[in-house]
Amino acid sequence: MTKQVALVTGASRGIGRAIAERLVEDGFFVVGTATSDNGADSISAYLGENGKGLKLDVANPESIAEVVKTVSDEYGAPTVLVNNAGITRDNLLMRMKDDEWDEIINTNLTSVFRMSKAVLRGMMKAKTGRIINISSVVGATGNAGQANYAAAKAGMIGFAKSMAKEVGSRNITINTVAPGFIDTDMTKELGDDIKNSLLASIPLARLGEAREIAHAVSFLASEGAAYITGETIHVNGGMFMP
Amino acid sequence: MSNIEERVKKIVAEQLGVKEDIATDASFVDDLGADSLDTVELVMALEEEFECEIPDDEAEKITTVQQAIDYVEKNAQ
Repeated sequence: MTKQVALVTGASRGIGRAIAERLVEDGFFVVGTATSDNGADSISAYLGENGKGLKLDVANPESIAEVVKTVSDEYGAPTVLVNNAGITRDNLLMRMKDDEWDEIINTNLTSVFRMSKAVLRGMMKAKTGRIINISSVVGATGNAGQANYAAAKAGMIGFAKSMAKEVGSRNITINTVAPGFIDTDMTKELGDDIKNSLLASIPLARLGEAREIAHAVSFLASEGAAYITGETIHVNGGMFMP
Repeated sequence: MSNIEERVKKIVAEQLGVKEDIATDASFVDDLGADSLDTVELVMALEEEFECEIPDDEAEKITTVQQAIDYVEKNAQ
């Protein structure tokens, strides 16, 4: 039996890498993407024979079309898409430049629309598909200095709910995982005082691990989650309970 | 080798789950019970059968069997 193909964006490190590795354990052939050739090569290296790293700029429609075509031609149409790629451009709203706003919306939200649309054709034909968006607790709570990021992350949730209603009849589900404070390069950039005050608000009193996000993604991609769609799973140690 | 009309009708029948005995003036939505997503899938199936790409603005105008036949005759083989 040939393996099902899972496509994970932003897979060179952090949460994306943990997801890619976990989906390999689940038996998928995993295509991970990164913005640079170096990143793509490192993904190919850690995935070995179980996957492949490709260069992809999720903010570029041509790049998306090219990568989805390459994946479909060489490995088969993806039945799982994990929209994980994301960036931050934090700034107080009073100081936030238009390009800081646009860049975040384009890279973190518009990319989800474009990627999901690009893989949908194959999923409709296969009459099965799982799309999993990696949002953020900030999309539900808001965060000072992250109006752009929070807007994009909240937007993913509304997008997922709408798409879930559109394509549910074709056995395609779309769900969201909203990580809290996870120990990655992205959160290492935060200052100690911010980190400490955040920790005080987490009942489990520690940072989450990337792998703990990957477990939730693995579940949503599995047979066990077949009847779950349009849902958001918060994985945040209790720092926010909707 | 079946002609275009037969091939189009066969695909419509497969996609919409109706009998192949379809009137050429039948509307996908009004007569054959298609929903909007069905019509998108139908266009995808036509693209594959006739190895062509139907742009979105053209696809929107294909609402009956006859219009599908006309489009294929004009733009593909």
